[in-house]
Order: sequence, then C-alpha cells, then structure tokens
Amino acid sequence: MRGDSVEERRFKGPIRGQLIFALLFLALSILLISQLGDQTKWIKKTKFAAQPRLWPMIALTGMVFFTGLHLWRLPRRRILQVDLQEAKRWLQVVEYCVWFIAYVWVVPDLGYLISTLIFLPALAYRAGYKNKKMMTYAACIGFSIVVIFKSFLEVKIPGGAIYELFPNAMRSFFILNF
Amino acid sequence: MDVLVSALEILMRWDVILALLVGSVGGVVIGAIPGVGPAVAIAILLPATFSMDPIVGLTTLLGIYGSSMYGGAIPAILINTPGTAVNALTTYDGFPMTTRGEARRALSLAYSASFFGGVFSVICLILFAPTLAKIAPLFGSREIFLAALLGLILVIVVHRGQTLIAAALVCFGIFLNTVGLEPVKYTKRYTFDQSFLSGGIDLIVVVLGLFALSQAFYLLNGDDEKIRLTKLRGGMLQGLRELAKHPRIAAVSGSFGVTMGMIPGVGEFTAQFLSYSYAQRSSKRPEDFGRGSSEGLIASETANNAVPAAAMVPLLALGIPGEALTAMMLSVFYVHNVVPGPQLFANQMDFVVALYIALLILNVLVLVFLIFATNSIINVVKIPNRFLGAIILTLSFVGVYSLRNSMTDCIIAALFGVIGFALKRLSLPVVPIILGMVLGGIMEVKLRAGMARVKEPIDFIDRPIAFILFMMIVGVLILHVRRVLAERREIKAEKFAHKHVSTNFGFYLNNRQTRIMHTRSKSVRRSHLRYSRRDK
Repeated sequence: MRGDSVEERRFKGPIRGQLIFALLFLALSILLISQLGDQTKWIKKTKFAAQPRLWPMIALTGMVFFTGLHLWRLPRRRILQVDLQEAKRWLQVVEYCVWFIAYVWVVPDLGYLISTLIFLPALAYRAGYKNKKMMTYAACIGFSIVVIFKSFLEVKIPGGAIYELFPNAMRSFFILNF
Repeated sequence: MDVLVSALEILMRWDVILALLVGSVGGVVIGAIPGVGPAVAIAILLPATFSMDPIVGLTTLLGIYGSSMYGGAIPAILINTPGTAVNALTTYDGFPMTTRGEARRALSLAYSASFFGGVFSVICLILFAPTLAKIAPLFGSREIFLAALLGLILVIVVHRGQTLIAAALVCFGIFLNTVGLEPVKYTKRYTFDQSFLSGGIDLIVVVLGLFALSQAFYLLNGDDEKIRLTKLRGGMLQGLRELAKHPRIAAVSGSFGVTMGMIPGVGEFTAQFLSYSYAQRSSKRPEDFGRGSSEGLIASETANNAVPAAAMVPLLALGIPGEALTAMMLSVFYVHNVVPGPQLFANQMDFVVALYIALLILNVLVLVFLIFATNSIINVVKIPNRFLGAIILTLSFVGVYSLRNSMTDCIIAALFGVIGFALKRLSLPVVPIILGMVLGGIMEVKLRAGMARVKEPIDFIDRPIAFILFMMIVGVLILHVRRVLAERREIKAEKFAHKHVSTNFGFYLNNRQTRIMHTRSKSVRRSHLRYSRRDK
C-alpha cells in the first residue's frame, strides 16, 4: 500500500513488509553482536589486523548501524495489516521448504530416479497441474534430469538403499546411473 | 602469436567444444525462459562442473553467462517480460516494435546488437591483455584489498534508493564468511558449538538458496500468466544491415559495456543506463525512445552483451569478482586449486586468451543458432510459472546435495531460499550478500598480509596503485554523499511545495470552520439566553 507522503512515493520497491523485515534483521543483528565476546576471541600479542574478532565485529557493527539507519529512514514506522499479510506470504513458502527437505530425505533410501519420478509429478499436482498431460511432462522431465545429471554428468548422488534389493547386474547399473 | 597458438591448442579438445555448444545453446534457452536466468542455471550447474577440467567447466559457465542475454531478449521483445533481469531495458523499445508488427525486425536487431557487443568486448580485451599482464603484477595485497573494498562500496552505491539496506546486506555477507574455524589462529567464530558450523557456511549453498530455491519458491507461490505469442515474419539478417547504419551508437555502447564490466560491482545496469541515455541524447529522434526506437534497442543490447567478457578481467587479473555470476565462477577456480590473480595473468596468459577466444566463438555459435532456431525457442516462454518453479526446485536438489551429500547443507539452502524469497518480494537486492561473502574473505586475507609489512597506517597507500585506488574510494564516497544531499534537498523542496498548497488550504478551511462554529454557537447561546429571560 503506497501512501501520499513524498518519502512513500519516492521509496524504491513495495513498502508493505519492509518494516517487519527491517525489524527482524535488526533483531538478528543485535542478537549476533551481543554474542561477539562469547563466540569470538581476542588474542593477546597479535596484531589488530590478524585478530579473529576483527571481521565479525566490523560485519556485525555494520549490520546494526546500517539496518538501524534504514529503519529510521523508512517512510512508515507503523505495522499495518498489509505488512502482516506480507509476512504471512513469506511463511507460506515454508511448505515448499518441507517438500524440498522431504525430497532430500527420501533420496538415500528410494534412490535418485524413483524419488524424482515421485517428487516432480507430486509437486506439479500440488501446484495445480492435475491433468494427465502435465503429469506425464513432469515425469519425463524428472527422468531427463536424472539421466543428464547422474548418468552423463556423474554428479555425486549416492545410490538408493532400495537398489540393494535388485538382482546383482541391475543393482550396480542402477547405483552407477540412477 | 605463441600465446594465441597455445590458447587455440587448449580449446581444440572435443570436451571443450562440446562444453561451448552446450553452454551456448543451453544459455539461450535458459535466458529465453522468464524466471530462470543465468544466475539460477549457473548456481545449479556449478557443482556438476567441479569434476570437469577448469577450462571445460569455465567454458560451460561462460557459455551460459554470455548467451543468456541473447535468449533473454526474446520474451522481452515478444511478451514484454525480460528473460533475464538485464533485458529489462530491451522491453522499452522491443515490445512497442512487436505491437507494431515488427517482432522479427526487433529480434534480428537485438541479436545483431548483442553479437556486436560480445565480439567488440572480446576484441578490446584481447588487444588490452598485454597491458593488463603488465599492470596485474603491480597489484600486491594492499592493492587487492583496496580494489575489493572499492568493489564493495560500488555495489552499495549503485543500489540507488536502497544503499542503506544494501550496505547492511553486504555486512551480512561478510559476517557469513567469518562463520567457522578461522584459519590463522584456529579459533572458532560463531559456531555456537555446533559441528556443522565448524567448516563454515559454503558459498554455493548460500548462492543456491538465494538464487535457485528462492526463485522456485517465488514461482510456486505466484500465478501463471496467459501468454500470447506473435507470428514472426521477415528475414533474420536484416538486423545486421540496420546495425551498420548506427555504428556510433553501437561502438559507444560497447565501450560503456567494456568499461563498466571491468569495474567491480557496477556491471550491466549502469552500462545500459549510460548507453541508452547517450543514444537518446545524440539521436535525431529522441521522442521515439521507449516507443520502439531501433537506436534504443541497439544501445541496451550492445551494452549488456559487452559486459560478460569485461567482467572476467577483475576476476582473472586480480581474483576479485565484480558480480554474483563471476563470484560463482571463482569457486570453480578454487576447487581446482587454480588461484586467479596477478600470477595467473602473468604466467598463464594462454589460459586467459583461450577463455576470450571461447567467448568469441560462443558469440558466433549463438548468432547462427538463433538465426535458425528462433521459431522453436520462442515456445519455451509458454512454460507455466508454477510448473517451472517445481522443475527449478527439483534441479536445486542436484546443486545442493551433490556438493557434500549433506542434509544440513540442504536445510541451510532452504533457509536462505526463504530469505531470498522475502528479499525478492520486497525488491531488495541479493547480490550484496554474495559479494560480501566473497570479497569479505578476500579482504580479510589481504588486509592481514598487507598490514604485516606496514608500520604506519599511511604506509598502506604509499604505492602508486594503492594511492589511486584509495583516491577512487574517496571520490566515490564524496560523489555518493553529494548525491544523497541533493536528493534530500529535492525531497525537502517537493515536501514544501506540497505542504504549501495543502496546509494553507486546509488551515484556511479549518480556521473558517472554527470561526463559523464559534460565531454560530455564540449567537445560539445569545438567543437561548434571550428566550430564557423572556420566559422568566
């Protein structure tokens, strides 16, 4: 929601959610800087430039200082309904984080190929593509991804535990390629 | 000449040629899909290139980087949506040409301008390479520290209107780089006694989270758009003929691209802005800009395609990446124990020239590919957004998990994905975090090494290049402060102008209302008093 003040009109980007983001970032910065003494060391008889604490100190002081200034220069300093709605929108993507983590979780057991053939069509279904055509596309793309990355580019993804149940010849083929 | 021959020998391998082909074609397709972009593609492919030879891996990534902007012009011109962020200016003149029924002409002109920009920058840099080889060894620890500091300051000040939060995000990046076991005194920094934090936070995990996962979340969380494509008519070579009519604009835009690309932290946007402004100022028909001007299209496309080759200069010559994509490429060097910097430029010139020749060949390949395949490529813009998001999420897994097969990395990447999503929704930049991580690490090492030989702080800038860099930093800061003060004056003037009108009018109305009410209530009270006296 854009107000009528000059600062609001000249503000780059949407104003909704900016205040909440700045407050959260400032809180994180203050929390981290409060741990500076605990989490870093100042070593005696060591030059200033070589102190382990120097760079975390510079970084965290900068975070607190610049976020504080940013907060002070924000055109609106009151949390409105639109800000809360925006924050809710950020939390909505946690669902897709869970999808992603679940995918990572099952790959070592089910193997890369089977997991991808389940994950991509399922996610496409969740995203609203429920017809047969899109499901088939999703499965084909999933298969292509596995073939390109695991079979051709040989990226380091371990073979699934399920492949141990396969007959000998098939087992090594699947572990190497899928 | 010997350098050129040995550079060609490096390139004459089937795997390098295949990497060039895959990189160029893949880059065009990736660029043509709005919502993917080279940063996402490079982030995903990065771990896959670690098992390749440095030249093969870098050629693939350079191919994607150099060709994605060609592809990005397609949706910018046809559907008014830039394929990559740097094609945003292309929509100004490209799309109006499409609405006039000149889509083919606009595409052809964009390809020709991009080709000219790409080739122009590579030729400039090949010619400039011997001079760079002489200058690069003059950069010691202090100079590299100051150059990295200049890069960080430029990254902050180019984000006009967002400099404070950009500075905070740069500091956040520097902080992320300090987490883990510190390599000199072997003390732990911000590990909170957690073993997974002892090794530090991997740059690639953060890059994948901020670029790939956040983009997947953004697309999955958004809506699909209805896309209508225009039929293409006419020849694809007409653009080259039209480009030949504007040699001055093409050359100046290419020069802006090369210059801005070489300065760390500046990049395509500034180059495009300067080129476009120059083209408009010097045009006989400035009123056509933004309404389908061929000169505007040439200026923006030439400038952005001249940047990738130039952006490799600070990376190769000084080991300082100037933007997110070259920062990702830096990790390819590190994985293979090749340290980019003055030594590489001085001792392995053939490797550097090989990369430039690869870029030159890449531009030819892309142009030929686009002349024949544009009709097929334009269909990729029809991929629905949320479906694309699901594909990117699946691909992101390869990037994160194949690094160390670590679940923790995936969780950290997902966390940065959410942060990146929030930043994207707020239109805040993510590049400062990446550059803060990379340049912060370089600055820490170089400051330590540089200060070891310095007795007084002033000795830090007693060498000519260090002094020039220091003066540049001071100059940039002074210019920035002047700009901020000018903006504040403008805001004040605007506020005053508005306040003058509204306050006076409101004040007048308010006073009038109070006066009327006051007078009215007085007369009412008086009449009441009169009636009450009569009653008595």
